[in-house]
Amino acid sequence: MPNNQSSQTYWKKNLRYLAILLSIWFLVSYVCGILLVDQLDHIRIGGFSLGFWFAQQGAIYVFVILICVYVQLMKRLDRQFNFDEHDEGPQ
Amino acid sequence: MSVQTWTYIMVGLSFTLYIGIAIWAKAKSRRDFYVAGSHVHPILNGMATAADWMSAASFISMAGLISFMGRDGSVYLMGWTGGYVLLALLLAPYLRKFGKFTVPDFVGDRYDSQVARFVAIVCAIFVSFTYVAGQMRGVGIVFSRFLNVDIGIGVLIGMGIVFFYAVLGGMKGITYTQVAQYCVLIFAYLVPAIFISLLMTDHVIPQIGFGSTLSDGSGVYLLDKLNGLSTELGFHTYTNGTKSTIDVFFITAALMVGTAGLPHVIVRFYTVPKVSAARSSAGWALLFIALLYTTAPAVAAFARTNLLTTISNAEYSKAPTWFKNWETTGLIQFEDKNNDGLIQYRGPKSEIENELTIDRDIMVLANPEIAQLPNWVIGLVAAGGLAAALSTAAGLLLVISTSIAHDLLKKELMPNIDHKKELLAARIAAGFAVCVAGYFGLHPPGFVAQVVAFAFGLAAASFFPAIIMGIFSKRMNKYGAISGMVVGLIFTTAYIVYFKFMFPELNHPENWWFGISPEGIGTVGMLLNFGVANLVSYKTAPPSLEIQNLVERIRIPRAN
Repeated sequence: MPNNQSSQTYWKKNLRYLAILLSIWFLVSYVCGILLVDQLDHIRIGGFSLGFWFAQQGAIYVFVILICVYVQLMKRLDRQFNFDEHDEGPQ
Repeated sequence: MSVQTWTYIMVGLSFTLYIGIAIWAKAKSRRDFYVAGSHVHPILNGMATAADWMSAASFISMAGLISFMGRDGSVYLMGWTGGYVLLALLLAPYLRKFGKFTVPDFVGDRYDSQVARFVAIVCAIFVSFTYVAGQMRGVGIVFSRFLNVDIGIGVLIGMGIVFFYAVLGGMKGITYTQVAQYCVLIFAYLVPAIFISLLMTDHVIPQIGFGSTLSDGSGVYLLDKLNGLSTELGFHTYTNGTKSTIDVFFITAALMVGTAGLPHVIVRFYTVPKVSAARSSAGWALLFIALLYTTAPAVAAFARTNLLTTISNAEYSKAPTWFKNWETTGLIQFEDKNNDGLIQYRGPKSEIENELTIDRDIMVLANPEIAQLPNWVIGLVAAGGLAAALSTAAGLLLVISTSIAHDLLKKELMPNIDHKKELLAARIAAGFAVCVAGYFGLHPPGFVAQVVAFAFGLAAASFFPAIIMGIFSKRMNKYGAISGMVVGLIFTTAYIVYFKFMFPELNHPENWWFGISPEGIGTVGMLLNFGVANLVSYKTAPPSLEIQNLVERIRIPRAN
């Protein structure tokens, strides 16, 4: 069992990553795609009004990027704390 | 070759492939049957999750819904993708570390309570049955439209195929057929979309064509043209919404959280070998889903524009063949109210009376015909629709059989049953579940459409908070979790039953609480669940040290 101190720090860092990533998640979907959609619609990018684009396209692209960033961040964090799994098979 | 021949070829080839895979991936052990031996590569699991997740509704209905709803359709687009962020960040890695086989396993062990386990089993079975009924119906519809067989026979063929690979292969068979089904369905979705995008905007990528100028040389943007046509005919402006902001907010949240709480999606993350694989697998799954979900709004806009330009004010006697074909199925209905021989397709704001009703579900299926694409594309779309329906049905059936054999029999009723008998029980339960699903497909309860909101609402108001708090709060105990789940369930059920079943005539925005529709009420149920659970748990004793250590353990990827 890893020592308590390092698992506490590990968990705190994890929670900080989650807070940042989920804020972005909230921002692109609920803020840009729903709450401020009409205001953003005044801005045009090509044929899209920006609010509409976020609601039907942009938010989804950001979701994919968020998970990729999370995977990389956690991979680094696991290695830093030496919590990464060496090919353990199923229990 | 005719559409019919092509459809037989495409469907026949894809079915042969699924059966072949099922024989190759036969489940040998209990672990194979429940979680595919936890040996599935993250990318393959991502594909399987995507196929599992994207049902007949995503493939057939969603673009149609969006093309009639315009911007409001984004509740489905964001709602059914955003949940994967929650799943990847908050659930999948920890549940994978926990191991075991099912969601009730986690709830029961973490809260050290058979009652909590039982509530979870009931929810899992109810949610899955709700869902699977719709899938079998989807199989029947595709068969009857494209192969001219009776809906009933279509359902029976679908049942036979699912029975074969779900009962024989369990999770292992299902996973590898789902990988194949994903490939079929995404190909079948993208090919017509790319064709139509090229035709209408000269862009290969539909996501870009969607925001570009039309290819007719007029220099007008597609969406501007669509907005113009819509308002001219008395419909609402396509890129504007009609739902209230608060309702859109709550529906999106309920769908997102519901997605993250659906047992057949969660259980897929038990099939990968390690925690880091569970994280990346969720990313792959969302990428594969996003491929279809970002194409759908483009397809919706193309189809809507095409429909309005080709049909409105056209002479009925010269209507295209696809129009006549679908008219015979009753999914397009035309009544020449002013006897001028023209098709007046008008929205609610128009002064001229509307003469045309179009079922939303035909937009994706008829789209290749409307755009006059080659016959093989139409056959491919039929095979894609079947792949979407079958893959989801199989995933759900597995949850039902696991819940019965593992959670109910092994963990609640007959703890002494050995692994071999448990596996047999799981196979029998899977077979039984296929039959029940088939029955619902043949005799669909009239409320299938209404209960979908139910499934998401229940998943959001029950599972999601219980699992999240089980991971993120060491203080949460069984009293809190159970009372939270019960309050969330009862509240959500009551609101939905009141507006959808008891008094459907009252189901209008002015009667809703704070303007929140029954589709969005799961979000409120979830908040109540969190609130009640924390309050009750704060007033009662903290969980045992053993449980607190379990929580410590699942937070860290490395085995210990």
